[in-house]
Amino acid sequence: MEPIIAIKGLEKTYDSGHKALKGIDLDIRRGEIFALLGPNGAGKTTLIGAVCGLVRPTGGTITADGHDISKDFRAARAKIGLVPQELATDMFVTVWNTVAFSRGLFGLGPNKKYLEKILKDLSLWDKKDAKIATLSGGMKRRVLIAKALSHEPKILFLDEPTAGVDVELRRDMWQMVRRLREQGVTIILTTHYIEEAEDMADRIGVINKGEIILVEDKTALMRKLGRTEVVIGLKEPVDTAPTISGHTPVVSDDGLTLTYVIDGDETDEAPADLIKKLAQSGLDFTSINMNRSSLEDIFVTLVEDKV
Amino acid sequence: MNLHGVLAIYGFEMNRFLRTIFQSIASPVLSTSLYFIVFGSAIGSQMTEIGGVSYGAFIVPGLIMLTVLTESVSNSSFGIYLPRFTGTIYEVLSAPVEVGEVILGYVGAAATKSVIIGTIILATARLFVPFEIVHPLATAGYLVLISVTFSLFGFILGIIADGFEKLQIVPMLIITPLTFLGGTFYSISMLPPAWQTVTLFNPIVYLVNGFRWTFYGKADVNIAVSLGMTVLFMAICVAIISWVFKTGYRLRT
Repeated sequence: MEPIIAIKGLEKTYDSGHKALKGIDLDIRRGEIFALLGPNGAGKTTLIGAVCGLVRPTGGTITADGHDISKDFRAARAKIGLVPQELATDMFVTVWNTVAFSRGLFGLGPNKKYLEKILKDLSLWDKKDAKIATLSGGMKRRVLIAKALSHEPKILFLDEPTAGVDVELRRDMWQMVRRLREQGVTIILTTHYIEEAEDMADRIGVINKGEIILVEDKTALMRKLGRTEVVIGLKEPVDTAPTISGHTPVVSDDGLTLTYVIDGDETDEAPADLIKKLAQSGLDFTSINMNRSSLEDIFVTLVEDKV
Repeated sequence: MNLHGVLAIYGFEMNRFLRTIFQSIASPVLSTSLYFIVFGSAIGSQMTEIGGVSYGAFIVPGLIMLTVLTESVSNSSFGIYLPRFTGTIYEVLSAPVEVGEVILGYVGAAATKSVIIGTIILATARLFVPFEIVHPLATAGYLVLISVTFSLFGFILGIIADGFEKLQIVPMLIITPLTFLGGTFYSISMLPPAWQTVTLFNPIVYLVNGFRWTFYGKADVNIAVSLGMTVLFMAICVAIISWVFKTGYRLRT
């Protein structure tokens, strides 16, 4: 299937000479949730800005739903909704008016029912006549999301959507993101909460210093780079490391702790097998701890490798 | 054309005007009324007629012009500077609207406000001094032309400015002095010959005199020259704005 966003050789060099994007090639698949991860200053916001028309690329091409974003900017931009990282809102305008403004700005006629639905979905309906200045930070964030959704976009960019948002609201927001995906909206998000990307995303792209280091299905990524550590606490110290089904553990200095490492590409039953065999081997143990490496561990490893 | 987009920007800006309608209208009407009381009624009664027009009536077009110019520049510059300052400009930049449509929305709203304020001042002036307008249609047309031109100028200012204080500088330090020196309160022919020549380099002279012509059918400068200068200034503003959006100057990074 044709990608909904196709980025080819995208470059951005600022007047200062700073190369923010160095030849990015990236395809976003229709209907997926794509998480873009990277440290601060990696180029995430610049990349989003280039697709949405806020940043003028110095090289490369971008198409959104088949429309070139510069030659055919009207059609391309009508498909895209953007929730920026900064809480930029008008202060004295009401929630309803600002959302209605956004819909008009993107070329659509009024549709009260649709806007009502968005505001209700985002728990903003009872605030529709409130001035934005009177809202809390979390509500302002939701207003920005409502504005981005007001023109029924097929592609939604969420730049750090949960920064400064409390736990409950964050959960509501992710539920909404899932609902949107069910409706066929493609979602590209950046987040600092890597566990969220792990929880939400279908695919993950890692960007560092203006380059895409890796793009992978989340499950494949976890399988390829994820590891499980099985830590066994022994009753009696051992001198030699007992190798079990090919795994040789690291033995602690006091000989009381064994740490087995099972790579992500092994079967899911591998840890259980290991423990069964350990029990059969006659070793007496008092504790078992298992740690699955998180996406965060993988991410840190990837970025550090490139530094 | 994205008509909904233009209307959204226009409506947004007009709402901003309506939210502050009291300040928007009260302040220019009050200050102009003071001018009419002081220069029109008090001092004007001691002055001789200028070119067959009473002094009170003579200053009406200039005073309307003074307010329309400063209001156009400050309204329009503020209209585009505010979203740049708060960051909400991102939405306009990412929307499917063309340069011309953005300008139509912002400048159209600023010009509408100026025309409304200009009309109110005209009506206020009529309370203080009696005058008849010779070419009322031309007056209306000129008022619109000037409002649009200086709203365009204000739009440029709002894009160039990098602080609120800079928005104030141009109306206060350039527009107001040039309007005062542009024949609002006197006829150029009253000046010594050397100063008459210097005055012709002040672009506001052409605006004030063009506007005065529509009132009384005569002015210091030929109406064709006045009109030509106004249109030229407008064309320069349009050219600068097109360049700004094309290059993304101060808008896109």
